[in-house]
Amino acid sequence: MPHTRTTAPSHATEKAARPSTAAPPPPTPRRAPRKVRLWRKLTPWLFLAAPLALLIAFTYAPVANMLAYSFTDWDGVSPELKYTGADNYIEIFTRPELFQVFFVSGYYLAASAVQIAAALYFATILSFNVRFRNLFKGLLFFPYLINGVAIGFVFLYFFQDGGTLDSVLALFGHESDRAWLGTSTSANISLAGVSVWRYMGLNFVLFLGAIQSIPGELYEAAELDGANRWHQFRYIIAPGIRPVLSLSVILSISGSLSVFEIPYIMTGGATGTETFVIQTVKLAFQFNKTGLASAAAVVLLLIILAVTWLQRRLVPDDRVDLV
Amino acid sequence: MNHRRTLTGTLVAAALLASGCTGGGGSSKGADAKAPDDPSQVSGTIKVLTHRTDIVQDGTMKKYADAFNKTYPKVKVEFEALTDYEAEVKIRMNTENYGDVLMIPAVIKKNDYPKFFASLGTEKELSEKYRFTDFTAVDGKVYGQTTNGGTPGFVYNKKVWAEAGVTDWPTTPDEFLTALKAIRAKTDAVPYYTNFAAQWPLTSWTYVAGSVSCDTGATTRLAEGDPWAEGEDLRVGDTLLHDIVRQDLIEKDPTTTNWEGSKPRLAKGEIATAWLGSWAVLQFRQAAEKAGTNPDDIGFMPFPAQVDGTFCAVLSPDYSQAVNINSDHKEAARAWIDWFSTESGYADDNLLPSILKDAPLPEALKPYEEAGVKLIELDDAKGGLVKEIDSASEVGLYGPAYRQDLVDLARGAKDGSLDDFLADLSERWTEARKTVGS
Repeated sequence: MPHTRTTAPSHATEKAARPSTAAPPPPTPRRAPRKVRLWRKLTPWLFLAAPLALLIAFTYAPVANMLAYSFTDWDGVSPELKYTGADNYIEIFTRPELFQVFFVSGYYLAASAVQIAAALYFATILSFNVRFRNLFKGLLFFPYLINGVAIGFVFLYFFQDGGTLDSVLALFGHESDRAWLGTSTSANISLAGVSVWRYMGLNFVLFLGAIQSIPGELYEAAELDGANRWHQFRYIIAPGIRPVLSLSVILSISGSLSVFEIPYIMTGGATGTETFVIQTVKLAFQFNKTGLASAAAVVLLLIILAVTWLQRRLVPDDRVDLV
Repeated sequence: MNHRRTLTGTLVAAALLASGCTGGGGSSKGADAKAPDDPSQVSGTIKVLTHRTDIVQDGTMKKYADAFNKTYPKVKVEFEALTDYEAEVKIRMNTENYGDVLMIPAVIKKNDYPKFFASLGTEKELSEKYRFTDFTAVDGKVYGQTTNGGTPGFVYNKKVWAEAGVTDWPTTPDEFLTALKAIRAKTDAVPYYTNFAAQWPLTSWTYVAGSVSCDTGATTRLAEGDPWAEGEDLRVGDTLLHDIVRQDLIEKDPTTTNWEGSKPRLAKGEIATAWLGSWAVLQFRQAAEKAGTNPDDIGFMPFPAQVDGTFCAVLSPDYSQAVNINSDHKEAARAWIDWFSTESGYADDNLLPSILKDAPLPEALKPYEEAGVKLIELDDAKGGLVKEIDSASEVGLYGPAYRQDLVDLARGAKDGSLDDFLADLSERWTEARKTVGS
């Protein structure tokens, strides 16, 4: 969990382990019998068998299947299908309206900036001595533990006109009674807000773990030097958690491109809240174009890989060195 | 030859795993599910897949099964209720394990029926006794039998309508709008409830086809013409929906509507009208009983259009039950299908038209008889083709998306005009028609 630290010791153990293999082989005049050698070679694979089987069965085989379907005109149920070559891909790239839905991701991208900032803020505050610290940690992480479907339904009531949000606003004298999911802009902002509420806990916990792995003496020393909280954040915490920060950014960008469950459950993609994944699901299950939908899924996968690669190129993963 | 298995097989082999999840149905083609001659001799355990989660949970289905056992003592009936029926069954139909009896999912192409289901007999023979046989007939053989019929219409609260001073059913869309305006002006009720967020209720608007023109060939016209041309059924229906929304005769915030919540609200008179189907009448009456209001206030009226001075209502089948072609107990399965649709009383219990041609109309449709509403059955010979065009064009007649867009357009949450919107649908439909079914 303490991200910055685990990297260092693991290097150390590798170093400690290396000399034994690098050192001249111990005098073994007699080679182990063939059976024993075979077992030795096999042992690591035996340990790996179960996870590998699961990984292949539930990750790579479906992806291979999807790739295969993306070159066919399969409708999802008929026993017959035709191989159509790159037709599906050609169709996707010649229908610009299929990519328009990516504008919706913009809302979620903006929301993830807010999300990371808020998570960072809370993580920093709660890593110092604050009253009811553990209670707040729990409260902030709690939404992440709830099932996404349940969240969707809860927030449908929340955004209803005259619903929870309106009554809370009324408590503060803001007499409003509005359809939060009524127009495309307000619906997308509302949905992105739900997604911030849901996923901030995860970012928060990641940041908190990283911050707590920073040695406490650093703060003491900084305080002696006259650094205030902001300085401590700016010069100790921020650089200390950089790898986790950049991981969070990558996760939230790929997450923003593939938003699904919250808009799907709450609006079903109506009122301009359709995302690329919802569109793909509709292609596959409403219009029975499983082949085309598979191709769309492959395209999304490639886009996310490309974005991640680009990001890694722009912000290389530096080693953290606080001292 | 099974194309799918070979193709994916090769690719998946690269991933070290021959895929077992893509088998096709249809190992024993041409199989028949004959009706048993001697009920006491049929035996076996059959599994019935159904979308009626509600009546499986409350034990009603079990009661039907017990009654069934009185005639067929050796058959054991098990139920499996699926919440997201269409999606789940579709995936299961890639295997051989999709129950013994199942409701035919909409996604299965009509021409593929013989690959998945056992035949129940020839259409010639069955159509003498039953309605709707052509909806599941392929090459003269019938592959499914519906549980009951139904007709689309407006479920409405009689008391609210009377309060607004409207006692006769509107006969044109304009009269209907005037009536809703009167409800808006004179009562506190929401004149029309869209059920926008629940999505599926919006799809009922597709079933206006036939009601406007009173033409039994309405489905064929969808397949061969432009459904949104001037005066066509769907255009009239969609325009009415658009106008209702545009003139603000709906609930204030359609995006957070609640289907379960709408039932007691209509029963209590907080909502005046909703376009659904005759199956909904019972549910609204039950809601009225629960809410302590009079169930007789729940009324049902046809689409506001008349041909030669009479209303038309389209009788169409509900889900059809079919026998899995891989079933080991086809006779028992067939026995269940026949018994359930004719003798169980299921249709009566739900106030729905029976599939027997000589059965009287259910009580919910009595006002139709009195008002002289003409009940018609659409010819479904081109039904499969309509679905194919629908998928190819990505219009989604049987999905909620396009009606949701229409509602958004009408209430100004989306830019554009109704004419452009319908013209775009027409264009996509006619484009797709050229590519399909050739």
